[in-house]
Amino acid sequence: MIEKFMPLFVPQRFQGRLIVVEGIDGSGKSTQLSLLSQWLRLRGYAVAFSEWNSSPLVRETTRRGKKKEMFTPTTFSLIHATDFADRLERYILPLLKAGAVVCADRYAYTAFARDVVRGVDPAWVRNLYQFAVKPNLAFYFKVPLEVALGRILGGRNALKYYEAGMDLELSRNIEESFRIFQGRILVQYEAMIEEMGFHVIDATKSIEAQQREMRRVVLKEFGRTRPPGVLGMEAALGRTIA
Amino acid sequence: MAGLSPKRNTPSRAARAASQSARGLSREPLTFYRTPLPGIDCSELLHGKLIVIEGPDAVGRSTQVQRLRPWLEELGHAVLDTGMARSALAGKGIRQAKEGNTLGPITMTLFYLTDFADRLENEIIPALRAGFVVLTDRYIFSIMARAIARGESRSWIERTAGFALVPHLVLYLKADVPQLLSRVVIGKGAFDYWESGMDLNFGQDMYDSFVKYQSRLIRVFDQLAKPYGFQVVDASRTADEVFETLKESISRMFEPAAAVSPARKPVAQARDRSASAD
Repeated sequence: MIEKFMPLFVPQRFQGRLIVVEGIDGSGKSTQLSLLSQWLRLRGYAVAFSEWNSSPLVRETTRRGKKKEMFTPTTFSLIHATDFADRLERYILPLLKAGAVVCADRYAYTAFARDVVRGVDPAWVRNLYQFAVKPNLAFYFKVPLEVALGRILGGRNALKYYEAGMDLELSRNIEESFRIFQGRILVQYEAMIEEMGFHVIDATKSIEAQQREMRRVVLKEFGRTRPPGVLGMEAALGRTIA
Repeated sequence: MAGLSPKRNTPSRAARAASQSARGLSREPLTFYRTPLPGIDCSELLHGKLIVIEGPDAVGRSTQVQRLRPWLEELGHAVLDTGMARSALAGKGIRQAKEGNTLGPITMTLFYLTDFADRLENEIIPALRAGFVVLTDRYIFSIMARAIARGESRSWIERTAGFALVPHLVLYLKADVPQLLSRVVIGKGAFDYWESGMDLNFGQDMYDSFVKYQSRLIRVFDQLAKPYGFQVVDASRTADEVFETLKESISRMFEPAAAVSPARKPVAQARDRSASAD
């Protein structure tokens, strides 16, 4: 049971805005976030970007753990939370205070889905991320498993051990393990849609149609003109942007 | 997906607390504070003993651990000693992070918890399973105290660290700030950046900051002492005197049916949502 009365995140009271995208591998969320950030920049917003699992402080530890296959579900969860905390404390919070629009490729929801599939207690991992700021907008890219797998398998480089959930011993075949793992993560995401208030994007539609939908939601949230307090690019560029 | 995650401990916490304080016989399995670690069967942890030495910086914990180990071995116990930032996974990363000046308080807390979890799962639990006496220099309480002293919510850190095993014995070495100060001057001869809480700049210089930060830490340890069943050891005495007290407490724990008072889960935890510091 998730204890509903505990606040999930810290309310977002800063001047900036926080937009996050979520979805399984191959859902196309990163492509869409990149298009959205570019569009926001053209509209004069000062935009910053942060990616899951990218803190330089933690990188060496994560690399060692992955290379030597040292992680358990708990340490895997904790090192990703450490990585997230570092990006939040050092980068995301100061930028939000400054009034930037921060675009995050994956957020705490990724941990809620992946770590729970690895066997971590759902209430424990939700408590773990209680220090996170509640996003202004959270987009979920909803895609059937086979569509996402089709985009990933075959096309890209070889799958990695943890990425394919090989630590769960679901299958000896790495592709098969990846399928089962992603399928289970998908179930967790779908169960979270309502709990987390995701804006669901139909990720089977064309790239253009998905982007139109995202922009519509953002305009509805921000308004047609930049809200007061949200940082623009005039100062940096030395001119006004329409 | 319920089958994938370990079941939460929903039965009455009071009942569990009661069964905890009734323990004392050496064949009771260890339990977790709140959230069981996935894949660990506590019924295998019957024979080992988990002894924690806690207390603020410079109070003399490591000196005591160094003496206790050969003493326990002489009595015929196999001993594993472990301590903070010694994990194969995260020890090096933490040391490197502390060399820089950009380690935020939550990041630090979680990095140390990663280190603790790695040692718990890969060193402490296997040693307990094999019947060792595990002697640990600091446990979750130091991580909790540092987090709370830096303004983080007590209920958050208690829940986050809730995968720790309830030790058989928590020996809290208690001293006051002037005593710690004299040990710093005599021992290292200089103030440490982190031990002085300089990351949060509690004062004008290292001395001011050390005094304020260590006072806060001691206050938090004192607050944790009762709910977590610490045995308070007066560490203002000489190392020899402290060693004698520690030996007595540990010997008592080994007596088969002795009425020891084991470390326990915080009694107030069912109500901690309303009592939390945030």
